[in-house]
Amino acid sequence: MYKYVLKRLLYMIPVLFGVAFLVFTILSLTPGDPGTIILGITADPEDIAALNAEFGYDKPFLVRFFNYIGDIIFHFDLGTSYQSREPVINDIIARFPNTLLLTIFSLSLASIVGITFGIISAVRQYSVLDHTCVMVALIFASVPGFWLGLMLMLLFSLKLGWLPSYGAGSLKHFILPTLTVGLSSAASLLRLTRSAMLETIRQEYIRTAKAKGAPQGRIIWKHALRNALLPVVTTLGTSFGASLGGAIIAETVFAMPGMGTLITTAIRQKDVPVVMGSTLFLALLFSLIILLVDVLYAFIDPRIKVKYQNGGKSRE
Amino acid sequence: MSKKKSRKGEQIAEFWRRYRKNKTAVVGLVILCLIVGIAIFADLIVPYSKCIEQVGADRLQWPSLKHPFGTDELGRDLFARVIHGSRYSLAIGISTSLIALAIGAVLGASAGYFGGMVDNIICRIVDVFMCVPPILLSLAVVAALGSSMRNLIIAITVSCIPGNVRLIRSVVLTVAEQDYIEVARSYGASNARIIFRYVLPNAMGPIIVNTTMSISGMILSAAGLSYIGMGVQPPSPEWGSLLSSAQTYIFTSPYMLIFPGIFIVLSSLSFNLVGDGLTDALDPKLKD
Repeated sequence: MYKYVLKRLLYMIPVLFGVAFLVFTILSLTPGDPGTIILGITADPEDIAALNAEFGYDKPFLVRFFNYIGDIIFHFDLGTSYQSREPVINDIIARFPNTLLLTIFSLSLASIVGITFGIISAVRQYSVLDHTCVMVALIFASVPGFWLGLMLMLLFSLKLGWLPSYGAGSLKHFILPTLTVGLSSAASLLRLTRSAMLETIRQEYIRTAKAKGAPQGRIIWKHALRNALLPVVTTLGTSFGASLGGAIIAETVFAMPGMGTLITTAIRQKDVPVVMGSTLFLALLFSLIILLVDVLYAFIDPRIKVKYQNGGKSRE
Repeated sequence: MSKKKSRKGEQIAEFWRRYRKNKTAVVGLVILCLIVGIAIFADLIVPYSKCIEQVGADRLQWPSLKHPFGTDELGRDLFARVIHGSRYSLAIGISTSLIALAIGAVLGASAGYFGGMVDNIICRIVDVFMCVPPILLSLAVVAALGSSMRNLIIAITVSCIPGNVRLIRSVVLTVAEQDYIEVARSYGASNARIIFRYVLPNAMGPIIVNTTMSISGMILSAAGLSYIGMGVQPPSPEWGSLLSSAQTYIFTSPYMLIFPGIFIVLSSLSFNLVGDGLTDALDPKLKD
């Protein structure tokens, strides 16, 4: 068991390294050097060269990459912004809490709504309720999150005046963005839970339980649900990524100061270090979440436990 | 030869019989045909010049007979812009899905079929890509290349490839174990012939369904990226960028937000519905 967890942890090191390399390589394709971007093409070539040296841009690609990784690991330093000349990490510390809160709220909403209705839908397959759930989920899966956000804003902020339409001051500011991101993610979780549940209900052990005369409620709760939720848990990592992506776009809709607005503003200003630092930060966080979900899965799925116990014994 | 042809005809008839049973899928197909029709015949419905024509006196007009969807802040007819916008969304959605499918098929099929070292290398690279949320990957590509329609296509194709490689690899793995592949190998068919002639055609069902559904997702991603200003740039009448400029007028002219949005939903929904129908029609075993 711990062997599995340890193996997963060790495997994560090259993956994280690969993620950093991928993001660094893509963003290094940006045309132009820091000197020219900050000072403009008409500036004195010597000033440009001096500034390039300051940003370490005069060194070859691989050296820059390893310096960057070294700074992250040893100094927790994600580079310096071209615009403000401040460490990128300061921007991230200021903006990240909003994005994280929005992602967690949305994921919670999506899980509660998606899993609950997914189960109900599967248990009452072919009922009116099931057809409604499937149809509503399909429509929500086809609605762009940002447009849903704009429509919610029209209704709740403009027509009814109940909720603020922009900013991030209080919890009230999070209600509309959470609905925007959460409902889109709920749709895919509903479909997934429903099909996992339907598949489980058809298993032999469920038939056995029925044949034994176990009550319907007990079969659903004790036998079906625990097995059906396993595949749902594996996708929670991906759902976190989807919610994070939704949050990045929703921030623009609701003018919320978060990572999404930070990255898009930086892209417009050609502030490469900010884009790189923020993207890398979120990508590394996402990788760790995926790892966490995998490890969690090993603890809740008894099959993995048994497999590794047996595997261990046979080798000894 | 003719015998073979009639068998194919029978298969198509059988396929259509099964597809027709799913009423919502038929509705989806009708909507899809309408939207594709609008995109193809956009110039006949309303000339492109109407999209760019700015009538100063007609600024921010609510929908009327003259302007069915109203006009924007520069006095351009929104009906014309939404109709011509369909070309962008469909072109982006379909092209990105097909390119991602082609690349995913080559990599996924090689990984699944050859196994061993090839599989290992491809899977490890895919693992790395999967650790970056798709939208971040797209944003990074746009940041590096600049925002334009071509770069948007590259950005969302890249973010879609890893999932395709994984799916096609797993489908190919199940097919590659079948006896008929062993037979083909035993009479000396080349690897390329086995992959393209036997493995991929038999793995087609889930791949077609996945590609159809992915067009829907790509349409949403493209609209989202254009909306935050990282995709197709104004004045092109892409639906996402129409919404982006319309947001400024949300208080006074909410109609500007409603029509482009409905078209995005309908086109995305139609691909999802057709994908659902194809699941039932192509592989009855998968049906719930």
